[in-house]
Amino acid sequence: MSEVIATNQTILVVGGGISGMTAALEAAECGKQVILVEKNPSLGGRVSQLYKYFPKLCHPKCGMEINLRRIKANRNLRVMAMTEVSAISGDAGNYSVTLKTSPRYVNENCTSCGACGDAVEAEFDSEYNYSLGKRKGAYLPFNQAYPERYVLDPAIIGTDDAEKAKAACKYDAIDLDMAEAENTITVGAIIWATGWKPYDAGKIQPYGYDRYQNVITSVEFERMLDPHGPTGGKILRPSDGKEAKDVAFIQCAGSRDQNHLKHCSRICCMASLKQTTYLREQYGDDAKGTVYYIDIRAIDRIDDFYQKVQDDSNITFTKSKVASITEEKDTGNPVLHGVDTEGYHRYSNPHELVVLAIGMEPSVPADGFPVEVVLNEEGFVELDEANGAFFAAGCSSDALDVNRAVQSATASALRAIQVVNKVAGAEG
Amino acid sequence: MADMKIGAYVCKGCGLGERLDCDELATIAQRDGKAQVVQQHDFLCSAEGVKMIQDDIDNESVNRVVIGACSRRAKSEAFNFEGVTISRANLREGVIWIRPDEDELKETTQEMAADYIRMGCAEAQRSTPPASEQEKGSNDNLLVVGGGITGMTAAIEAAKTGYPVTLVEKTGELGGAVGKMWKDVPMHTPYTDPVDTAVADMVAAIEADSKITVHLNSTITKTSGAPGRFSADISTESGSTSTENFGAIIQASGATPYDANQLPELGYGKSKDVVDRMELEQLAIAANGGPIKRPSDGKEVKKVTFLQCAGQRSDKEGHLNYCSGDCCLTSIKQAMYFKDQNPDIETEILFDDLRTPGAPGEDFYRSGQEKMITFRKGKVSEVVAGSNGPLVKFKDMILDQDMEEEADLVVLATGMVANSGVDIDEVPQNEPGEWEVSVDSILNLNYRQGKDLPHLKYGFNDSHFICFPYETRRTGIYTCGPVRRPMDTQQAIEDATGATLKAIQSLESAKIGRAAHPRSGDLSYPIFRKEGCTQCKRCTVECPFGAIDEDEKRFPVFNESRCRRCGTCMGACPVRVISFENYSCDTVGQQIKNVDMPDEFDEKPRILVLACENDAYPALDMAAQQGSSYSQFARVIPVRCLGSVNTIWVTDALNSGYDGIVLMGCQKGDDYQCHFVKGSEMANIRMSKVDDTLETLSLEKERVETYEVAITDIERAPRLINDMAEAVEKMGMSPFKF
Repeated sequence: MSEVIATNQTILVVGGGISGMTAALEAAECGKQVILVEKNPSLGGRVSQLYKYFPKLCHPKCGMEINLRRIKANRNLRVMAMTEVSAISGDAGNYSVTLKTSPRYVNENCTSCGACGDAVEAEFDSEYNYSLGKRKGAYLPFNQAYPERYVLDPAIIGTDDAEKAKAACKYDAIDLDMAEAENTITVGAIIWATGWKPYDAGKIQPYGYDRYQNVITSVEFERMLDPHGPTGGKILRPSDGKEAKDVAFIQCAGSRDQNHLKHCSRICCMASLKQTTYLREQYGDDAKGTVYYIDIRAIDRIDDFYQKVQDDSNITFTKSKVASITEEKDTGNPVLHGVDTEGYHRYSNPHELVVLAIGMEPSVPADGFPVEVVLNEEGFVELDEANGAFFAAGCSSDALDVNRAVQSATASALRAIQVVNKVAGAEG
Repeated sequence: MADMKIGAYVCKGCGLGERLDCDELATIAQRDGKAQVVQQHDFLCSAEGVKMIQDDIDNESVNRVVIGACSRRAKSEAFNFEGVTISRANLREGVIWIRPDEDELKETTQEMAADYIRMGCAEAQRSTPPASEQEKGSNDNLLVVGGGITGMTAAIEAAKTGYPVTLVEKTGELGGAVGKMWKDVPMHTPYTDPVDTAVADMVAAIEADSKITVHLNSTITKTSGAPGRFSADISTESGSTSTENFGAIIQASGATPYDANQLPELGYGKSKDVVDRMELEQLAIAANGGPIKRPSDGKEVKKVTFLQCAGQRSDKEGHLNYCSGDCCLTSIKQAMYFKDQNPDIETEILFDDLRTPGAPGEDFYRSGQEKMITFRKGKVSEVVAGSNGPLVKFKDMILDQDMEEEADLVVLATGMVANSGVDIDEVPQNEPGEWEVSVDSILNLNYRQGKDLPHLKYGFNDSHFICFPYETRRTGIYTCGPVRRPMDTQQAIEDATGATLKAIQSLESAKIGRAAHPRSGDLSYPIFRKEGCTQCKRCTVECPFGAIDEDEKRFPVFNESRCRRCGTCMGACPVRVISFENYSCDTVGQQIKNVDMPDEFDEKPRILVLACENDAYPALDMAAQQGSSYSQFARVIPVRCLGSVNTIWVTDALNSGYDGIVLMGCQKGDDYQCHFVKGSEMANIRMSKVDDTLETLSLEKERVETYEVAITDIERAPRLINDMAEAVEKMGMSPFKF
């Protein structure tokens, strides 16, 4: 692990999803020294697991390609993957941060040729596919991964598989003795961009996520559309692998709810509307989508996307918070029970697949923040002077869509620059 | 060039040594590629391999580096040498990964690799490292147009970062729309009650800050220049003008409230007690915490009804076809004005979808419910005069019942219309610099392409990029606030802060001649050979960023720091007088011509693939990574944008005996994915005219195809190449081979 050089004119960005990458790049392209740390083996975050963005239905990989190109070309920016923040102390302009880097067991000789992946036999749940598929014990997180380097699952260390991986590598890139490394650095400002995680759908007892195979979350549904994903790009029912053409989308699943997440996660309405277009694209006139909603939040100038979906006669909107889900034993179809509040009609609607538009929970570290931070009730980081030079970017600050997350990241880059500029000014 | 020295380096790692005859490739680099220094290495990207190349640069005066190894997208940090040009011959993803490892295919695989070495060397011969004598402008001053909360935020944040700012405001006071409100939606936890607006504090901060200069009652009457050297005429109402120079510009011209006179069916204009949301604010200001009184007779309001989405989310003539984003929050806030003063006042909000997103939004909504504001999903049909006040007729969607309710006051939650100036796509152009306008221009740009920033749908000045919201089509000018998209105060403040960063970044980049997004850091810039120019004006019209103006003699004038280096101008020029040091009609043209063209008896066609480096080329790389394959007869050249493709490349390729040409660019149109906005659209228009060329050469139309390829088209992109290979087989070889 080479030495990390940082001063109190350096900006630390924690989290390498789109918000972290943007904040890091925007600051670095202003000439500032930036260190970007990411706990996973690759940059990209959750948006790299999406098939398309709303409203343009364009591909996350497109923007990511440009951002990666910018990252690779920028000498002011240093990326540290497999790295987390374990401690922070100090004040604005002078923080001391301890970084913990977990071993990848693969060094920079790696050419991502794939030989180790072929040699290893053990398989694990694929994090990238939200556990819908498997990956090997030596793997490249996804085809656009950066650093473009394989990684060994710690579980195979000490087993035959580890030796097989090492033997298969022609470039001496496998280092089974790699150890955890710790670095304590000085930085001037910290941008916290750790994003969100999907709310645990199993906690929504009446929806049976943990009991019924054909009740899945929106993020899992999204993975199905990836041609290189767990279903080869097909929308299928997990129970029997059959095509799922009659799909129900349950909005606000776990959100806007005193029992779960109190906040609105902002993106789920547009995300479900987007997903109805996936359904139609795949199954044409056989596709039938039903959206169970409280309020459709297709906000500001992208409301016309909602209008387009409303005009689609294959997609129905039912103003109802689904009360519970049961299962038809013979077909495996989930049955949705509730009241259509427009007119008060009770329903018990079977569908082939149910997609829970699951809420976004802020990704707070398991042991809490490494430093005292002003949060709001829902756990998002507030913009507050008491936070010093600790700035939240992206979904750490609120449930945001990509466009606003980038906006937030760009703004936080400026705030961080203001701090280091002051330091520079004070130091002459 | 006398001092050009090419170093060619062939890597034998990643299977290249096993699948290819690297010795032959080295010979070809020397003999055909004219490389003076040629080396091979088992593991070129290793520290040792990189040092070998750096030593040649330092000690052997190598200034053109050709790397025969992996794709340019891989190991770019390793192969990163300063002061030289770098050509990447893609032998890994582009040859051995995309071709099956079978004995009978070895020959054509080697031919592919050999051609890429020739092409890499040909490119190197025609490239020079970007010079550093191009225009550099150094000006730390920022111009902010618009003194509402967005503009004020931009000014304050810029000054806080250490940059002097000039803030220009059309009216006699700062504050804009928020300045006319009684209170605002809360922006900090707890999100429960209306708070004082941020205007007073911001105005005080601005007045106290010596870095910020304010011009009131002023507009911009002329803007010219480029990042680093903008010049703006600031004119006051009374007629005086001062001209000042700036490094970058932030446009925060805000939005105008929708004219509710277009809603007579909702009683506006007919009853004094039907007001829009700005008028409600005035009533609240007048009441100042006391009971709010209605306009007609001054009666204290005991029942108020808010009608959401008034004149919005509708494609009716005169209505706005979008949602204005903050009206739901505003109505809840305004309902709280009543409830906080007297909880017995009946406040009702009739809505279609109640939009209070995020944590702040939902908390505020919940607080409104706790204050006993009534929320009803209802479809309003009309508002008429009742016996004591306006009568609202609506259908309650939950009860499924038609209702009529009288209120003391009705508030129409109307929307906002962006102050985005002249729509340059609509305005007919007479002479450059003279425009017919019915709307006041905001910036009065003295640009060939028009006075203001291009509009998106619905008149907003936005970029419509999801990942890059600030990248407008005018370099160095950044929009923020409701002129960009409908938004509330909290978002406007965030937006202004982000735009300020981009403006600062722009002026800092201008100091060192560095390009903006998406070719960030590119130091090359267009070189224009005026002697050959025929003044056809294609470059000035087609440039997606309006970077090219015209002089009095109608010759193009290039503004380097406005340029994004896409090369659309180069692609447009019929006489090829535009080029970049490391990307020109020659660097690509010579690659095309240096492919070893088998004669017609060899039965080995050649298919040229021009692939956009942003999406199509990565898709082909990733296809190779996944184990796909495409025709051994394809030769792929990445281009900066399909818009940079000059038809001479197509003509030259056909004349050289290529049997098929496939062009791959990004999606165009309203939901464009082209990173240069219009580039791929230009290419499509040009290529549709290529059919004429094909006819004159007596060649089939099917020999040239243009496709939209996305970065995820990992299966489709190779298939398109194979489709062409099949088509060529059917049509037969090109008669232009020797």
